Amino acid sequence: MARRTPLNEAHRALGARMVDFAGWDMPVQYSSVIAEHEAVRNSVGLFDVSHMGEVEFSGPGALETVNGLISNDLARIADGQAVYAGLLNEQGGFVDDVVAYRFSPERILICVNASNREKDFAWMKEHARGVAPVDRGDEYAQIAVQGPKAVGLVQRLTKTDTSKIGTYRFAEGEVAGVRAIISRTGYTGEDGFELYCAPGDAVTLWNALLDAGQQDGVKACGLGARDSLRTEMKYALYGNDIDDSHTALEAGLGWIVKLDKAGFIGKDALVAQKAAGVKRKLVGFELTGAGIPRHGYPILKEGSRVGEVTSGTMGPTVKKPIGIGYVPTELAAEGSTFDVEIRGRAVPAVVVKTPFLKKP
Amino acid sequence: MSNIPSNLKYTAEHEWALVEGNKVTVGITDHAQNTLGDVVYVELPKVGRKVAKGEAFGTVESVKAVSELFSPLSGTITKVNEDLTAEPEMLNTDTYGDGWIIEIELSDTKELADLLDAAAYGKLLQNS
Repeated sequence: MARRTPLNEAHRALGARMVDFAGWDMPVQYSSVIAEHEAVRNSVGLFDVSHMGEVEFSGPGALETVNGLISNDLARIADGQAVYAGLLNEQGGFVDDVVAYRFSPERILICVNASNREKDFAWMKEHARGVAPVDRGDEYAQIAVQGPKAVGLVQRLTKTDTSKIGTYRFAEGEVAGVRAIISRTGYTGEDGFELYCAPGDAVTLWNALLDAGQQDGVKACGLGARDSLRTEMKYALYGNDIDDSHTALEAGLGWIVKLDKAGFIGKDALVAQKAAGVKRKLVGFELTGAGIPRHGYPILKEGSRVGEVTSGTMGPTVKKPIGIGYVPTELAAEGSTFDVEIRGRAVPAVVVKTPFLKKP
Repeated sequence: MSNIPSNLKYTAEHEWALVEGNKVTVGITDHAQNTLGDVVYVELPKVGRKVAKGEAFGTVESVKAVSELFSPLSGTITKVNEDLTAEPEMLNTDTYGDGWIIEIELSDTKELADLLDAAAYGKLLQNS
């Protein structure tokens, strides 16, 4: 039996098509993936992301403990700031990609992928030196409010001055009378917030956002639009673009790996890989022939398999067939060409600058 | 509820067939387009290709999913709807009209007896 978020009934009432995602019964779309995608690009969309997990480290030494686990550096940011980071294995591959919230040096909250919740918690318990992790996944629901009209919508429902919450910063306050962590983060390439609240408050918050957002044309959005939106930004999806066998440097996520900070798991492997040179890289490409690249399709150079597509779609906003995949480093430069094998056909592709979506 | 016009024949793979003499026009059903979601790409066969009943002749892709098209009958493809290359979304907006996919000249009209009528197809959807 799939797990249900507190918003499950609300999704069904809105006519959502539900699918099993990482063991959760989640909405893939309500009416149309493209309409939901465009709502986020042009006005505002709501996503139920309550299936994501949360792990808390609290007490003296919490910051140092988490810093030994994640690739990014919590010592470089202030209280009220968050960082995107990797939990890496000894080889520099991804156990998961996470967002770590620094409430204080003695309280850090880590948001993890739904598909990795149990694995991450066990891994953190095993590797934490100092403060022990506490699984808070069942204590938070999460709603992402994304799009150019997201900030205005949330501001109408809160006394917290959201203009003071910069990108990758957060505040605690009330939204629609509900206690929430108001975080200026997201996974769509648009401005907006991720709101963490108690599960019992999720329906109140969701309905308030839908009501107050009517004037903006707010739409409830499913996992389908979430995937096409993040693909246009070349944001990595765990299990597709990043996993335990591809390192952070190969994934082009060197910026979330602070090799100059004190030790963290995977650091030694990445230092060695950087010195030796990275042999394959995750690139964004467009098809120049007809078709749509999909996860798992082979990437060919002169007929030989040299890599694999990790994500791909027809980008609803960029209106092109776009893909992400690993290729040998010599094919990773912008303008490099290769083929993607689609049902036995070799379809030409070219490496392009990412994100695919260019903001004016 | 899905729209199931009574003048058409259907397959269990959710294709429709409009039979006119020994020629049939083929598309996907309202149920199929609704299940697929927003269609963004259609891979069409070449005119003149021979297809056997049940053979895959093309592909429909939505934002999320890839789905094969199966020929409801055996014969030779005499027309393909090239407009779908530029406007694949017609499969969503006009499934039984401008969203037609191919026309086949039948090689064995006896196969027509294997197709479902609207009532039988409706029952199949109810039980699925």
